[in-house]
Amino acid sequence: MFSLKANIFSNLEKEILSLQGFRQPVEEQKTDLGLGSICSSFPRQTFPFAAVHEFKSANPESKSATLGFVSCILSRIMKTEGISVWIHSGRTVFPPALTGFGVAPERIIFINATTEKDSLWITEEALACEGLSAVVAELHEINFISSRKFQLAVEKSRVTGMLMSSQQKYSVNACTARWEISQLPSGAPHNLPGVGFPRWQVKLVKMRNGRPGTWNLEWSKGNFRLLDVPDEMTLVGQKLKVV
Amino acid sequence: MAKRFVSIWFRHLKTDWVSLRKPMFSEAPFVLTLADHGRVVISSTNAFAQKLGIFVGMALADAKAIVPELKNISDKPEPSGKLLENIARWCIRFSPVACIDPPEGIVLDATGCPHLWGGEENYIAAIRNRFSRLGYDTRIAIASTHAVAWAVAHFEKEKMIVPCGKEADALKHLQPAALRLSIDKLELLFKLGIRDIGRLMQIPHSTLRRRFGEELTKRLRLALGKDEEFLEPVELARTWQERLPALDPIVTAKGIEIALRTLLDQLCRRLSAEEKGIRMAIFSCYRVDGKLQQLKLNTNSPTVHVTHLFKLFEPNIETIEPALGIELFMLEAVVVENLYPRQKKIWITRSSIEDERFSEFLDRIASRIGQNQITRFLPTQRYWPERTFRPAVTLDEPIIEKWPLNRPRPVHLLHKPERIDVTAPIPDYPPMLFRHRGKLHRIEKADGPERIEPEWWLEQGEHRDYYMVEDEEGCRYWLFRLGHYVTCSSPQWFIHGFFA
Repeated sequence: MFSLKANIFSNLEKEILSLQGFRQPVEEQKTDLGLGSICSSFPRQTFPFAAVHEFKSANPESKSATLGFVSCILSRIMKTEGISVWIHSGRTVFPPALTGFGVAPERIIFINATTEKDSLWITEEALACEGLSAVVAELHEINFISSRKFQLAVEKSRVTGMLMSSQQKYSVNACTARWEISQLPSGAPHNLPGVGFPRWQVKLVKMRNGRPGTWNLEWSKGNFRLLDVPDEMTLVGQKLKVV
Repeated sequence: MAKRFVSIWFRHLKTDWVSLRKPMFSEAPFVLTLADHGRVVISSTNAFAQKLGIFVGMALADAKAIVPELKNISDKPEPSGKLLENIARWCIRFSPVACIDPPEGIVLDATGCPHLWGGEENYIAAIRNRFSRLGYDTRIAIASTHAVAWAVAHFEKEKMIVPCGKEADALKHLQPAALRLSIDKLELLFKLGIRDIGRLMQIPHSTLRRRFGEELTKRLRLALGKDEEFLEPVELARTWQERLPALDPIVTAKGIEIALRTLLDQLCRRLSAEEKGIRMAIFSCYRVDGKLQQLKLNTNSPTVHVTHLFKLFEPNIETIEPALGIELFMLEAVVVENLYPRQKKIWITRSSIEDERFSEFLDRIASRIGQNQITRFLPTQRYWPERTFRPAVTLDEPIIEKWPLNRPRPVHLLHKPERIDVTAPIPDYPPMLFRHRGKLHRIEKADGPERIEPEWWLEQGEHRDYYMVEDEEGCRYWLFRLGHYVTCSSPQWFIHGFFA
């Protein structure tokens, strides 16, 4: 009896998810982002690809952390083929630095929009363009109407949208996920002097049909590493110290 | 621009052509003959035969009586049209509009061409030299009307260039045959004692028409440029152009849209039949009051997709001012490129730059914000941070150099480094703290220095010593010191970027 009920619930849940635009990914198309246990917060335990993700970054420090995190995800989505579109107003990203996060900068088309109205329009057009790997946009504000337009566009085209808003406060909108990335002090292996691999605090503020959460991540050697569990490297370091 | 016509008269077209194929005839008098009413008549002569007094229409027997060693070949009765047409095609090197002018001439519309050869004299000389090297004896004249050029080429011996507006002077002393009149008209004029065109021109036109009919006045008007003569070029210049005249003047946006869609349909059908695609198109609306309204578009890759092209034009339709109405629409594909049909994929997964959907997306963006706002970045072999990348020349330019991977670089680079106040131990230690935009940052960790020298072959300046630093909050920055420490002044420090 109980199992029957659970079965009905899970079927209903699946139905609701597909109505909301979350589609069960085909086995071959599955892309592992390497986010590890963060995935348990997502619906169906997979990073929602055909969706709009909002990243809030109000100051240059959090902006650069966001750029780093977004580039890491972009590298996993783009892999070795495909192209992406990067919409900005006055370039802030330094293309050669993207190689450090595994992104080939020559496969990104940069579009410079001078007005906010143009940026929103271009973002919508880009999200509606089938076949693109991902769309990254640096916007000022994502309001409710434009976020709904974005959502409708990605449901049809299955493009992943990562939008950075430079607002201090959240505005009400229909984005699937809302992230906040901030910088953390880096950790060099073996307590070596100098600046180590970049570390971020990744805050998933909102996740439709998922669970919000906060994690500490490190990007090293082309992979994410969750920092909550004491990792081998530091253990080795401590052991060395003891010896 | 005043029109200029070149008339080329081949004085011995057929015999020259035969001597080219049979060189043994080229050094001796010889004629081509045709059978006519039971006797053999000369149909064309070469230069040597002509000098000896043999003319076209003479019986071969008479000619043999004058020149016993005269050689003769039987001519083909067909006219020389095909030969002329081939020569006219060859003449396209001198002017795009080349027409045949039977029986033994070619006319070129040389408007705007002679200056490429350095003037009309050189132009004519160039044509004549090319023909004489081929073995054709020609006489060439240039004038503002075809009729005058023809007349001068056939009947004038020295002044082969007729300046603009001097047509009447050039014709004055030529015989009436230069007007290309029929034999009976010429005989009549001869009987009346009119031996040159100058006399004819003194007679009022109404009198001429009454006496000699429409033909003579028409020929005169053509010669003087009062009527226009239509030429039929051997090869039409290919223009990708479609026209749509409107029965009633169009004043509404809806009407313009319908016209544009119709024209696009027609043009794209023609283009796709020829495996071509539009790269640049101009949509022109001719208004009733004589004004012209135009829309222009560029595409990133050749396309014949009507809906897409229409979408590119659509936002600009409202800028057309129809005023009293538009009477003619014209759509021209100014730049076309080859567009070969591609095999369609069953599974479309990731797109590339050549992808149709993607290039259409870029076209839409470019039509709104401009093509120069869309860029790709490619690496350059340089160390100065601002110059380590460059915008690609075209969107599909292949990457040749590799991106530098050996040094950490900030994801966010400031366009212009900003001054900061720094406390730093000398000589080469990283700073201990710095103040940027009023906020104090205490530095916990640091890497560096990495010295980058300016490119002295481009600009003078001091080197930069870069440090990658991390403050107590964990934020990472890229700072640099400009130049060496100098005893009297404190060094200048800048912030240049933000690490992830």
